[in-house]
Amino acid sequence: MSGNWIEVCAADEIDEEDVIRFDHGGRTFAVYRSPDDEYFATDGLCTHEHIHLADGLVMDDIIECPKHNGRFNYKTGQAKGAPVCVNLKTYPVKVEAGSVFIALG
Amino acid sequence: MGCIVIVGAGECGARAAFALREKGYDGRIKLIGAEPHLPYERPPLSKDGLKAQLPPKHVADAERYAAAGIEVLTDAPVTSIDRAEKRVTLADGSAIAYDRLLLTTGARARTIAGTGDAPRRIRTLRTHADAEEIRRELAPERKLAIIGGGFIGLELAATARRLGATVILIEGLTRILSRGVPEDIAAVVAERHRAEGVDIRCSAKIDRIDADDRSARIALAGDETVEADLVVVGIGAVPNTELAAAAGLSIENGIAVDATLQTSDPDIYAAGDCCSFPLCHYGDRRIRLEAWRNAQDQGTLVAGNLLGAGEAITSVPWFWSDQYDLTLQIAGLADGASTTVRRDLSDGAFILFHLDDSGRLLSASGIGPGNAVARDIRLAEMLIAAGKRPDPQALVSPETKLKALLAA
Repeated sequence: MSGNWIEVCAADEIDEEDVIRFDHGGRTFAVYRSPDDEYFATDGLCTHEHIHLADGLVMDDIIECPKHNGRFNYKTGQAKGAPVCVNLKTYPVKVEAGSVFIALG
Repeated sequence: MGCIVIVGAGECGARAAFALREKGYDGRIKLIGAEPHLPYERPPLSKDGLKAQLPPKHVADAERYAAAGIEVLTDAPVTSIDRAEKRVTLADGSAIAYDRLLLTTGARARTIAGTGDAPRRIRTLRTHADAEEIRRELAPERKLAIIGGGFIGLELAATARRLGATVILIEGLTRILSRGVPEDIAAVVAERHRAEGVDIRCSAKIDRIDADDRSARIALAGDETVEADLVVVGIGAVPNTELAAAAGLSIENGIAVDATLQTSDPDIYAAGDCCSFPLCHYGDRRIRLEAWRNAQDQGTLVAGNLLGAGEAITSVPWFWSDQYDLTLQIAGLADGASTTVRRDLSDGAFILFHLDDSGRLLSASGIGPGNAVARDIRLAEMLIAAGKRPDPQALVSPETKLKALLAA
């Protein structure tokens, strides 16, 4: 895995309880900072209608799609009810030397 | 234990059926629809689904209904409810008994009287079948006339322009989107449509419409006649209340329900476009909403109430529309607002916040490219639900996070 760590941004570029979009290698991801100051990453597009989740709202451990309010737990990727029924893929994240990295498998 | 029958297999009925299982109900569930399809989402019918000629976007596929033990009957119009015997009768004469009945019969497109003789050239857009018929006419060299400058008409106009058709849109009032959309936002929408080549005519009075197999003609006051290959009438929807009315249930601009979505018969509930209900946060005034989110929220809530939860609906109304690359979102109702403040975001996106005399936030309406306004509208919805009186200057300044106002 170690060869696959990709630098996303400086850790302080993501506000607490917020999310940013990160595009890499023709793919798009959403990278989160939780209210308790941990970092997480998922696929960037909602599994309902391929909307960028980074435009959505983070509340506690939930990301809500900006289009139709589909909800996922961004820590686990679990879909939390209609209209979404397919889970989000999640990716390992680490913070090193003030930067956020995600591991792309 | 028993059987819950759901009449009306759209977004709301389907959502309610799944929510019954999520809430632990293990009796029989029968979801009965008049259309030939499994429940599908209607919003794409005027947008990308129409443009790309997509098949119906099902709320869930057949396997999910089977796995949840939900029996779906399609092509099965219900013709009557026998409240004394607690059963519904279908068009084929068969009867289905219920312990609890949910009516999610939806709404149908309002039509213009006297235009029923020319169904090929004068249409409405409500079902997948409607969309398929309209789609055939949307091509370069074809001319589409849309009557009504509401969400459906404008979304159809945008899609038709994307497909190269010539579009004229005829609105009787002085501006488009006069029902529920602030003038400044409607102006952005109108300007964009005009830039895309849509001929928008406001304050237009229609004297007569006639059609033959080949084309339709709209005679406007002032001796102008608009000729088109197809006329689509988008002048609102009418709730499907006939079944409930014939069964003696209270009707009041929709099937009248209380805050728990119970009708005047305690064994019968109604939800979604077909019902009128007392609207929390707005003095419990009775309202009927034709909105996708409302269908979902009420479908979820009513499932619990069918099982005895007795929970009141507290959702804030929420609407959206996509036209070209613009998305418009509205949370709440602006009626009764005395102050409006504007928050400008990047890329020309902006949000109008409407407050009442006491400073309480009533509504927020935003427009911009993509989902530029989505997060703030969502937070505004939460501020409205919480009854907040946010500082208007904080609403104006994009540097102030609305989330911070929610916590305040």
